[in-house]
Amino acid sequence: MEKLRYERPLIKRLESEMPNKFGMKAEHFPKSHIDGVAVKDLIEAHGSPLFVLSEKTIRNTYQRAKKAFSTRYPKVQFAWSYKTNYMDAVCNIYHQEGSWAEVVSGFEYDKAIKNGVPGKRIIFNGPDKTIADLTKAIQNESLIHIDHLDELYTIVELTETIKKRPRVAIRVNMDTGVYPMWDRFGFNYENGQAWDALNKIMASGKMDLIGLHTHIGTFMLSAKAYGVAARKLADLALGLKRKYNHEVKYIDLGGGFPSKNTLKGAYLPGNDTNPVFDDFAEEIASALLNAEFSPDALPLLILETGRALVDDAGFLLGTVISNKRSSKGKRSTIIDIGVNLLFTSFWYDHKITPAQDFTHFNEETTVFGPLCMNIDVIRESAVLPLLNKGDHFVIHTVGAYNMTQWMQFITLRPRIVLIGLDEKVHIIREAETMDSFNKFENMPDYLKKFEL
Amino acid sequence: MKIKPNIAVSDSGFVFNPDTGESFTVNPIGVEIINLLKENKETSEISNQVRVKYTVDQPTFEKDFDDFIGLMRNYSLIEND
Ligand SMILES: Cc1ncc(COP(=O)(O)O)c(C=O)c1O
Repeated sequence: MEKLRYERPLIKRLESEMPNKFGMKAEHFPKSHIDGVAVKDLIEAHGSPLFVLSEKTIRNTYQRAKKAFSTRYPKVQFAWSYKTNYMDAVCNIYHQEGSWAEVVSGFEYDKAIKNGVPGKRIIFNGPDKTIADLTKAIQNESLIHIDHLDELYTIVELTETIKKRPRVAIRVNMDTGVYPMWDRFGFNYENGQAWDALNKIMASGKMDLIGLHTHIGTFMLSAKAYGVAARKLADLALGLKRKYNHEVKYIDLGGGFPSKNTLKGAYLPGNDTNPVFDDFAEEIASALLNAEFSPDALPLLILETGRALVDDAGFLLGTVISNKRSSKGKRSTIIDIGVNLLFTSFWYDHKITPAQDFTHFNEETTVFGPLCMNIDVIRESAVLPLLNKGDHFVIHTVGAYNMTQWMQFITLRPRIVLIGLDEKVHIIREAETMDSFNKFENMPDYLKKFEL
Repeated sequence: MKIKPNIAVSDSGFVFNPDTGESFTVNPIGVEIINLLKENKETSEISNQVRVKYTVDQPTFEKDFDDFIGLMRNYSLIEND
């Protein structure tokens, strides 16, 4: 007789009190496959933990975002935010879809060039651009978004030796009614810094001022804030038109749209409550169309959307190591995924779904990672079906920031695979090995020997 | 270890403790264990029976069993020895 699947015995008191905020419903169905490929097979072939990206979801999400904006505004361009996920394969999917590149360091800039992005299609943001970076960007006619006056003066100086006119924009920070206000990057709108910087650029006569940029924050839950931002940048653009009869070519509203994740402390799942592309597109398009631009001189709208485009396409597969009970009687589950791999668990209550069948019985549990550190908590409280040691599970919505902000800490970083549109599995980043790690280390001769 | 004699268990996994008025839900394997306890089966016998029927190794089951008994004790469903 074949044995039945084991589920650990469970007894739960029926409580009549109000459900607490963690009482969100548990999953009803296992996540046994991703784009037609079995989770079990993926782990067998590539190990656990394993990052999995869905090309289908990446392209579908991009096309949804593109449509939301281009049906409302005639000139729209996305620029892929490299820091959100700079696996080359991921970047190239966006480039194939028509996205430019948005980078914030020399490293990311070189990655975009190596991927084949024309210099003219690279937006260079960030406060730390070296002389070498700026020289390269000027020569390649990239779009340099100036962050501070020191950078502005460095560019003016460089024009004395480089015989090309830098193509620049400034980054503007502003009050859009949301807290916290990001005011450490760029020039402030309300106190006149931004207008001052624009006048300095125009007065220098050495650069082509072609755009205006802002990035008002990340995981923004207010679509209205983007309307405010678009109006303020439009106001600066119209000021340039009035004073210098100068037209900027584009308005870049940065990134910041939320993904479907649930922020820590939120009472309802993000999937049900977060605004979607259409909400943002409506606000932004109205603000720009209603501004005083002449109809034949509407600026190009650039968006540097990161997490909202890629988060849903990423999954992290893992395995249960053990179930325990704390000294206070609380259930805890230890998994083979720590905060070193899932940086975003500091912000989100990530959804976790078993990869195999389960019953409707569930238990509130704390999900701990395997690191020998107290901070290694993936979910402080999750209502999960009863997982056994060795069971597999899927953590959802991990495509943004984890594959760039992960840390080599205590364990080595795992493989990343991409499931293509043809449902074939492609390895896009190898797992780290002791050898690959040790390549960076060097042992001084006198430390080579010891006796114990 | 003995389960309190007046504890009622239904096949669908509903447990009622008339002493406290509290009710509980138990999953099917939990119901089986409670029924075996009611028949005064020893721990080793329960473990053997469960392992014949389900895919589980002895250490895992015994750990889960101890945990389950701990909770039952906590809910005053087991008589103090
Ligand atoms: C300048 C800039 N653009 C775009 C992004 C992407 O943001 P998000 O992932 O929130 O869309 C960021 C992220 O912080 C950024 O700093």
